[in-house]
Amino acid sequence: MIESNTITKGLDVEAIRQQFPALNRQVKGQPLVYFDNAATTQKPQVVIDALVDYYTNFNANVHRGIHTLAEEATALFEASRNAAQQFIHASSREGIIFTRGTTEGINLVAYTWGRKNIKAGDEIIITEMEHHSNIVPWQILCEEKGAVLKMIPQQNGELLLDEFKKLLSSKTKLVSVVHVSNALGTVNPVEEIIKLAHQAGALVMIDGAQSTVHLDIDVQAMDCDFFAFSSHKVYGPTGIGVLYGKKKLLEAMPPFQGGGEMIKEVTLEKTTYADLPYKFEAGTPNIGDAAVLKTALEFVTKIGKEKIRNHENELLAYATEQLVQLPGLRIIGTAANKVSVVSFVIDKVHPQDIGILLDNRGIAVRTGHHCAQPLMQCYGIPGTIRASFAMYNTKEEVDKLIVGLQKALKMLL
Amino acid sequence: MSDHKSIQAIEDELVEEFALFDSWDDKYEYIIDMGKKLAPLENEHKLDENKVRGCQSTVWLVSDYKDGIISFKADSDAIITKGLVSMLIRVLSNHTPDEIIEADLGFIQKIGMTTHLAQTRANGLLAMVKQMKNFALAYKIKNSMTHG
Ligand SMILES: Cc1ncc(COP(=O)(O)O)c(C=O)c1O
Repeated sequence: MIESNTITKGLDVEAIRQQFPALNRQVKGQPLVYFDNAATTQKPQVVIDALVDYYTNFNANVHRGIHTLAEEATALFEASRNAAQQFIHASSREGIIFTRGTTEGINLVAYTWGRKNIKAGDEIIITEMEHHSNIVPWQILCEEKGAVLKMIPQQNGELLLDEFKKLLSSKTKLVSVVHVSNALGTVNPVEEIIKLAHQAGALVMIDGAQSTVHLDIDVQAMDCDFFAFSSHKVYGPTGIGVLYGKKKLLEAMPPFQGGGEMIKEVTLEKTTYADLPYKFEAGTPNIGDAAVLKTALEFVTKIGKEKIRNHENELLAYATEQLVQLPGLRIIGTAANKVSVVSFVIDKVHPQDIGILLDNRGIAVRTGHHCAQPLMQCYGIPGTIRASFAMYNTKEEVDKLIVGLQKALKMLL
Repeated sequence: MSDHKSIQAIEDELVEEFALFDSWDDKYEYIIDMGKKLAPLENEHKLDENKVRGCQSTVWLVSDYKDGIISFKADSDAIITKGLVSMLIRVLSNHTPDEIIEADLGFIQKIGMTTHLAQTRANGLLAMVKQMKNFALAYKIKNSMTHG
């Protein structure tokens, strides 16, 4: 018999948990409670099996051979591109470029579109709640070109759109915004940001590292110009990700890296580049992980994003409700629209001490600045304790977190 | 030579003390207790130049050298880290540069610290040890230059 409290709105969490072998692990002699899903999610058995299957039965290089294995590997690789296209509702498969992950996707845009289009005096706008991977590439670009990087401020975890409107001008060439903040859980109003940016004549890049696993993504409806995400945060393998770009923009962009795969014809005098998306996929790609991304995306779709989201939201609300009852605890990031992530600090206690003592009870949380140091500076704190939820987490695990925190505080204070 | 307990003797003491605990909860409680008891560093010493690199939490470490003996003072904004550095001070402080340089600090492994701490935190502990040994080396070199 499955206990009723593990089933929320049609999501059979117990059955889901059984598909994630890592959840059977013991840590420090206790069953693992994995609340570091914003860093990376655990992998379901189907994803693990698909990786083994790929290397067992299909391994070959893509787009090159005429032999059977090469054709089959290519078919798997390209089928995964189609799956990614469907998952984010891109209009064409040519707009789906395989990358190493979100970081590489953002860097690709900075190094190709950015190098070509950004000039001295131009402005790029990001937000105060960006991950370093959506700050540093633009800083490098701005420094090189003499362009200016500006930040939309935030308050209590919400972007101040009036301030954004003031920052926008004819100098604004690009707005690059995190869809869901990894440090705060805020779901940013990207549709409105995109509309405003486009009215000002700027392009928009969306960092979808955190949003892709929780929200329904439709890049056409959103009308963003670029969108990047990482497979490993969507229950898929590490080392693979997707950059979506509008086809017209991608076509006009110079290549990122030179090498095999990305060329049409090479003579010593001149090289013509391959068509999209291959122009941006130099060298032998990460075929195995790319092929398996499809399995991960289909796994999520089959369970249903809405069901998963409802379950995660329920956990988030429950955890928040329990956490605020702990003395001295303050939630960092109290936006009205949040997903999966609860970040907090506790008076007179360093987050690292909490992290160590929770780990000692088998509870995995993230402590620190979450690669968002400018945001931590806004709050005047060195870091937070962050719990982030996935489809397989339960209220019982939240209860363990609360007990773990109570015990830790008793020891520390 | 210093006229009190050798580094090895203090290490052995610590290993014995930790052997009394059967759970890591208790061990942590003891480490936290040591952290709380370590005298806080005066604010004038909490400078960037006194920070130990490689630690996730902030650690300040200062040393003093008098009559051939080195003494250490330290602080941290995280209490477990402070407890760890307090143990290192108990073991290494008030010894000669040579004694500190040669200390093998096997107690860290014997009390299970290296296997229990996540790698990043274990690295922080090793960074503190390295910094203390660097101080000892610097005093030794300075010594040999003035006396040699
Ligand atoms: C909001 C956000 N952006 C970007 C990244 C970078 O993703 P990756 O390390 O997979 O490239 C992360 C990952 O932590 C993230 O949370």
